[in-house]
Amino acid sequence: MKSRIVVMILILLACTLSGIGADEISSAITLHQDSFDMIWLLVAGSLVFFMQAGFAMVEIGLTRAKNAGNIIMKNLMDFCAGSLMFWMFGWALMYGESVNGLFGFSQFFIGGNDMVLFRNWMFQVVFAATAATIVSGAMAERTKFSAYLIYSIFISALIYPISGHWIWGGGWLSRIGFFDFAGSTVVHSVGGWASLVGTMALGPRIGKYVSQGSVVTSKPILGHNLPLACLGVFILWFGWYGFNPGSTLSGTDPTMALVATTTTLSASAGAIGAMIVSWIKFKKPDVSMSLNGALAGLVGITASTAVVSPLSAIIIGLISGFIVVFSIEFIDKILHIDDPVGAISVHGICGVWGTLAVGLFGNTTHIKGLFFGGGFKQLGIQFLGVVTVGVWVMATTGILFAIIKKSHGLRVSKHEELAGLDLAEHSTESYSGFQIFTNM
Amino acid sequence: MKLIVAYIQPEKLNDVKQELYRREIFKISVSNSLGCGQQKGYKKVYRGVDIEVNLLKKVRIEIAVNDAFVEPTIEAILDGAQTSVIGDGKIFVLPIEQCIRIRNRENGPQAIG
Repeated sequence: MKSRIVVMILILLACTLSGIGADEISSAITLHQDSFDMIWLLVAGSLVFFMQAGFAMVEIGLTRAKNAGNIIMKNLMDFCAGSLMFWMFGWALMYGESVNGLFGFSQFFIGGNDMVLFRNWMFQVVFAATAATIVSGAMAERTKFSAYLIYSIFISALIYPISGHWIWGGGWLSRIGFFDFAGSTVVHSVGGWASLVGTMALGPRIGKYVSQGSVVTSKPILGHNLPLACLGVFILWFGWYGFNPGSTLSGTDPTMALVATTTTLSASAGAIGAMIVSWIKFKKPDVSMSLNGALAGLVGITASTAVVSPLSAIIIGLISGFIVVFSIEFIDKILHIDDPVGAISVHGICGVWGTLAVGLFGNTTHIKGLFFGGGFKQLGIQFLGVVTVGVWVMATTGILFAIIKKSHGLRVSKHEELAGLDLAEHSTESYSGFQIFTNM
Repeated sequence: MKLIVAYIQPEKLNDVKQELYRREIFKISVSNSLGCGQQKGYKKVYRGVDIEVNLLKKVRIEIAVNDAFVEPTIEAILDGAQTSVIGDGKIFVLPIEQCIRIRNRENGPQAIG
């Protein structure tokens, strides 16, 4: 309503001051639209940027005190290295002129005077950084810092932009009707799949899996600061109000209100879902699982947030919350893949679920899901997107991590891992003055 | 009855515990401690400025044992904590005059258990 009042005032002013002219009115409207777009995308981009802090806090909280400084460095540097890379190559491969719908190829090393281009770059670079930083948590507590830097350069310069081009840059998936509003697949699944490959290449932390004969038991390695993990989840949730509503890409598109609503409802339902499952399975409502549940709900709604009703959003969120608990248990206890913060489940698995949810719950004139009379067409397209992006990311990160492992080394030595990466990698202490047991 | 006191590298505690378990020695007290020996601390850099760390973080283990268990306990600590690098720590063996279990006032070797 407010924006309409502003338009009316602008129009009235234009009429009275310069005499009635259609040109003035339309240029006033254009100016109004451009200003709102500019402000909205920069504000939303800043919110998404703040998610870096959220990731850092979640990861620090859910891991041990002796590695906190290393996680800070990873989250700081994957953004810093990633943003330079996205300026040099990433943007060009993602949003440059499309080569057969496979990748973009123009606008390397962005410059010039096009403010709209800078605006769009700013909004997109924070998404690229989000995809990159997801992996930090999964590979926490045992990865060589230099190896992680090499990885962040490649995901921001090459891996994320190319699959992103398929969906958001006008590439082949978007042409066949694949829909991912704010990045369940483009951002979160990419981070999730890379996490899966990374943790498999690394192996588990020392002491995580103990084998007696042929029986392998999973041991808990407790996070050292739940309040920080909680702060991180709330920061991420807050940042999501830039991530999803900002993806309207327009400051005058009222859909952003629906997006904010469905985002909120799904996150709430996700936390509730995870809490219920953990309550039934473990007899107590688990704190860190409920926190993961909120994130799962957010990831789950991200693809469909603009095309589903509030009730559908709650269902999507609840299922995300259920999925995340079972997935974390399955990955830990059955597959024996050590993911300290649950990144593979939250971003990878719930990212897949969220993408498919478009094909189930979508209900607009363009997107009709299975449950709203759209048949299997949209669901099939969504499935194809999930599979192809998954294959792309797993193949490229597989090659990347294999090369790093062979040439440079991916993992710190046993002694360094036990002493903690803060001391071993950065020669610092995150909690100087506190007595911390560094034996685990 | 002997009291075995050992100062070890913090990250070796888990290995020492496992070696002790293998020899069926289950009683242990552990505390954090600060100290230095021959090494006289080390230097590190904080924000570009040298700092001298005189006292290193160590873990102190205390185990009270009957005489038959003295050798296995020492063996276990050596096997678990030795890296042959300076800073591995030391083991002291002290005689115990008395041992009393508070719960039932048991006295002597059976109180150590």
